[in-house]
Amino acid sequence: MARPLTPAQRINGVLRRVPAWPLYLLGAAWAAFLFWQGLTGRLGVEPINALEREYGDTALKLIVAGLAVTPLLRFTRVSLIKFRRAIGLLAFFFVLAHFSVWALLDVQSLERVWADILKRPYVTVGMLAFLGLIPLALTSNDLSVRRLGRKWRSLHKLVYPVAVLGAVHYLWLAKGFQIEPLVYLGLILGLLATRIRWRGLRIGRRAEA
Amino acid sequence: ALGLSGMAGHAAAQQALEPNSFEEITTYNNFYEFGTGKDDPAENAGAMETADWTVTIDGLVDNPGSYPLSELIGGLTEEERIYRLRCVEAWSMVVPWVGIELKDVLDRLGVQPGARYVAFETAVIPEVMPGVRRGVLDFPYVEGLRLDEAMHPLTILATGLYDRPLPNQNGAPIRLVVPWKYGFKSIKSLVRISLVEEEPRTTWNVLAPSEYGFYANVNPNVDHPRWSQATERRIGGGLFSSRQDTLMYNGYDEVAALYDGMDLEAQF
Repeated sequence: MARPLTPAQRINGVLRRVPAWPLYLLGAAWAAFLFWQGLTGRLGVEPINALEREYGDTALKLIVAGLAVTPLLRFTRVSLIKFRRAIGLLAFFFVLAHFSVWALLDVQSLERVWADILKRPYVTVGMLAFLGLIPLALTSNDLSVRRLGRKWRSLHKLVYPVAVLGAVHYLWLAKGFQIEPLVYLGLILGLLATRIRWRGLRIGRRAEA
Repeated sequence: ALGLSGMAGHAAAQQALEPNSFEEITTYNNFYEFGTGKDDPAENAGAMETADWTVTIDGLVDNPGSYPLSELIGGLTEEERIYRLRCVEAWSMVVPWVGIELKDVLDRLGVQPGARYVAFETAVIPEVMPGVRRGVLDFPYVEGLRLDEAMHPLTILATGLYDRPLPNQNGAPIRLVVPWKYGFKSIKSLVRISLVEEEPRTTWNVLAPSEYGFYANVNPNVDHPRWSQATERRIGGGLFSSRQDTLMYNGYDEVAALYDGMDLEAQF
């Protein structure tokens, strides 16, 4: 007789039948919806900054979601691996949208965009995060995965510093003591911490035994 | 003739000021006691009770004490002042305030010779102020002006907006308005005015001295360390609104004489 399925196995069974491509449609629809809201006064009386923030916020959420995939698998055996590429690519597109609103609608001058990147540390940090995502987006196709082999894995660890830079970028632009950027930074550092092999912890266990 | 044309030019600039809508002025606010989001004050400030408001007057004045609002400003001439408001965050509005000149209030209180500065304090009511409960800033919010700035005829205490009483999110029941300085100087929901000898502490200056000076005069030539102050975006232009140049002293050149001989880059 077969052993009864664990909850994780049952969830994975359902997920196996769910394709990843609708995530792209959802992402595009969400981006378009936010833009439409900005256009029609539904993001408040200053829609440029609001739209900029909405796109940046969505990008950070997607980065957190992408980083959560591996720990989720390790700790619960629930696998979202097949959705991770879509999550990562969408994060890149929302960062691109965030950057575009900033450069085209907010700052409105290439010269000032460049000056801000050089002169304002929180912009510099955000820009570095954006640049870091570009090679990841470019190599997020099957061909690159095959061609790069083991190098692909190393390259895509670039998302770790990118995530931290993204959270620092948010923290840096906030005025006063604000909770939200700290929550993002905490989540990201926490998710990265699950990837560290804690030698100390194992020694601790041995001592207990 | 020079003086006349100058005045005509100023009058024209005043006439060209098209106030923002009541909705824009009352839904896009910085009032961190009620939260850091621009829409938080409109959402949360309604619970603040302003009916029996008292303002404490202390320091170097002839008539210190705790004054009901009606007593503090009753009988003084109220007038509409359509002012530009330039936020340190590089956005701006035009607001039709109703208020009285701060000078009239100070004259009534009797400023003593030793006073050189005026210190202001905002109410702290944790029960109705989520931002205070979260400790977003070191509350109470405090601000200050040099006495000559406080006595300038442009400096008002506002109690209304359009033809209505000041909404809570805009600093009801009484707030300072200093149109040639960044908005954060125009402290809201006043509970204390103190005449003092020394330059008073001001909240943002204490929190980030390199970013927010005591004077905080609008100045397109002195950038905030994290963003440029050369241009601003007027609220209400929608998703494709363009930036406009920020004016020295927010366009109120008549205050320039207050700062004669000062290095505005050092004392920003």
